[in-house]
Amino acid sequence: MKYLGFDSVRPRVAVFELTGCEGCELQLANKEETLAAFLNAVEVVNFREISSASSDDYDIALVDGAVSRADEVERLEVIRERAKILVALGSCACFGGVSRLKNVFDLDEANREVYGDRPQETLPVRAVSEVVAVDLEIPGCPVSKDEVERVVQHLIWDVPYHFPSYPVCLECKQRYTVCTFELDRLCLGPITRAGCNAPCPAGGLGCWGCRGPAVEANLEEFLTAVRERDFGNDEIAERMNFFGGFGGVLS
Amino acid sequence: MRIDIDVRHLARIEGHGNIVVRVSDGELKDARWDVVETPRFFEVMLKGKHYSTAGILAARICGICSISHCLTAVRATERAFGLKVPKQAARLRLLAKHGETIQSHMLHLFFLAAPDFLGLTSALPLAETNPEILQRALRLKGLANRLCDAVAGRTTHPVAIQPGGVSMVPEKRVLLSFRGELEESFEDLRATADLLATFEIPDFERETEFVALRGEVEYPFIGGRLVSSDGVERAEDEYLEMTNEVVVEGNTSKWSRLSRESYAVGSLARCNLNFELLHPEARRVAGKLGLSPLCNNPFMAHVARLVECVHCAHDAIRLVDEIVAAEGEPTMTEVAPIAGDGVGAVEAPRGILFHHYRYGGDGRIEKANCVVPTTQNNGNIHRDLPDFVRQMVDKGVNDDQRLELLCSMLVRSYDPCVSCSVH
Repeated sequence: MKYLGFDSVRPRVAVFELTGCEGCELQLANKEETLAAFLNAVEVVNFREISSASSDDYDIALVDGAVSRADEVERLEVIRERAKILVALGSCACFGGVSRLKNVFDLDEANREVYGDRPQETLPVRAVSEVVAVDLEIPGCPVSKDEVERVVQHLIWDVPYHFPSYPVCLECKQRYTVCTFELDRLCLGPITRAGCNAPCPAGGLGCWGCRGPAVEANLEEFLTAVRERDFGNDEIAERMNFFGGFGGVLS
Repeated sequence: MRIDIDVRHLARIEGHGNIVVRVSDGELKDARWDVVETPRFFEVMLKGKHYSTAGILAARICGICSISHCLTAVRATERAFGLKVPKQAARLRLLAKHGETIQSHMLHLFFLAAPDFLGLTSALPLAETNPEILQRALRLKGLANRLCDAVAGRTTHPVAIQPGGVSMVPEKRVLLSFRGELEESFEDLRATADLLATFEIPDFERETEFVALRGEVEYPFIGGRLVSSDGVERAEDEYLEMTNEVVVEGNTSKWSRLSRESYAVGSLARCNLNFELLHPEARRVAGKLGLSPLCNNPFMAHVARLVECVHCAHDAIRLVDEIVAAEGEPTMTEVAPIAGDGVGAVEAPRGILFHHYRYGGDGRIEKANCVVPTTQNNGNIHRDLPDFVRQMVDKGVNDDQRLELLCSMLVRSYDPCVSCSVH
């Protein structure tokens, strides 16, 4: 990488996927206007989805997806051993993501329903940090490539990255999005960690909390406020459990 | 002669699958495509979900074609409730769909497939060797992604496609700016056709049954009749008679069959069954690159994908004009849940996709079934392999490395989305 003629060290990056949609690693190949610079800043040595070359010698491992089978535990342990830094990429890796919704069902019954009398091996879904030590978590469903770029810049320059401590609400204000509560709809924006630039409230969906709780989320006050607006416990619980980031605060 | 191929977790495809080929004394002993992806149980997770949540959850089945999954979920829901979405919403949905088709096909053509034809392990070295190819790829893929962002709220896991219609409309100036960019993209698409013309497409044919939606007046993407090249025709609701899924030993993906042991879906199936409905310019590109129905060479799917991109870019301009002309028309209709079944069929980039939900009177899903393009293709890939290996061996391919590359290319030609296939 060269900026103003100055060379910096390119970290060797590997990308791996466990149980999930691979959408987060796909974001790495998106944001085309800065993709060339991004790929120039790091050395991609292992990224199965886009390259048939692979190396076991890497500094940073980006892990996309949750853990739901024994072979994934084994793969993850090997990755942990090899990587200097292990990054959980996206809500599935950070919290289990939507895959975690599986855990409330009886897995034998689930297996019968989908695979009949030929059940497949499957475990309750876990986040990456429930299996191995994680150095950094980048949440989001999907992750924001902007944020991934910022994190990578900080890694390269060895400067700690601080995720926004404020909630998504602030980003809605910044982009003049009409408050979802004004439309009489539920939104987790007041308690969810910002950094995504709030695309969901802007698109008319409200926030579903995919990035997990903001550092200073005032959960009690939030629950009081939404109950006052006549949202029921079931709807609030369903929303907060959707991506697994609120750790079953309400169940 | 002895050939042993063991590809574990094939690269440059979405998800995890293995290729095994054994040839000894010139005789084929084994040729398999096995999907080993961890099963995900979305059909179970969808149970109990409110209709407003179905599309949000179903989108997460796939990181590449989440717009298709969301659209299919929402369509199944609307058909269960007997809803018709406003025309303006239908136009915006199709515009987002075209964005997805182009971004997915361009991702595949340049990043997943092209390296095989250019003697590379990935597209990344192009930054040094052929920057103009990489820049063109990024322009086309970038335009499609930004179009999805603007119309659906986000490319991966859309926000604006909701039961009843769409929840946001891009500003007129944004749409018109895309119109200009789409016109400019024709030049890049022409250059891409020139590049594709230089690729050495393997000469392989196996008589195959193709399944797709059939368009009436338009090339089909969202809803319609289901047809096969063997002459089967069914209504959207009769998808189970078309797909016939079975669970297979050693595979976390099911397989499908219709008139034969397996069938194929995707861009080649769509082109084969709806060729006359393609935009004239798309048909011209098809002619130039040697694609005409009925084509039984799975590798020609690369051409079919580019042909569809040309069609989608032209059709997107038509849609922008119609959307701008209908500015201010409603894009949402009231949703009132009723108990019953609804089926949605959508042509995702990799082929026909079905979602089927049974709703209770409370607007919550009681039963869900999803039949995904790659699930339908996996059996056909598996059936292609032995014929392909035999034909290649007969043509004198006799080393492991060459045959491994060719077999990998065969699987990649289907652009499998394996995570999807084990939804």
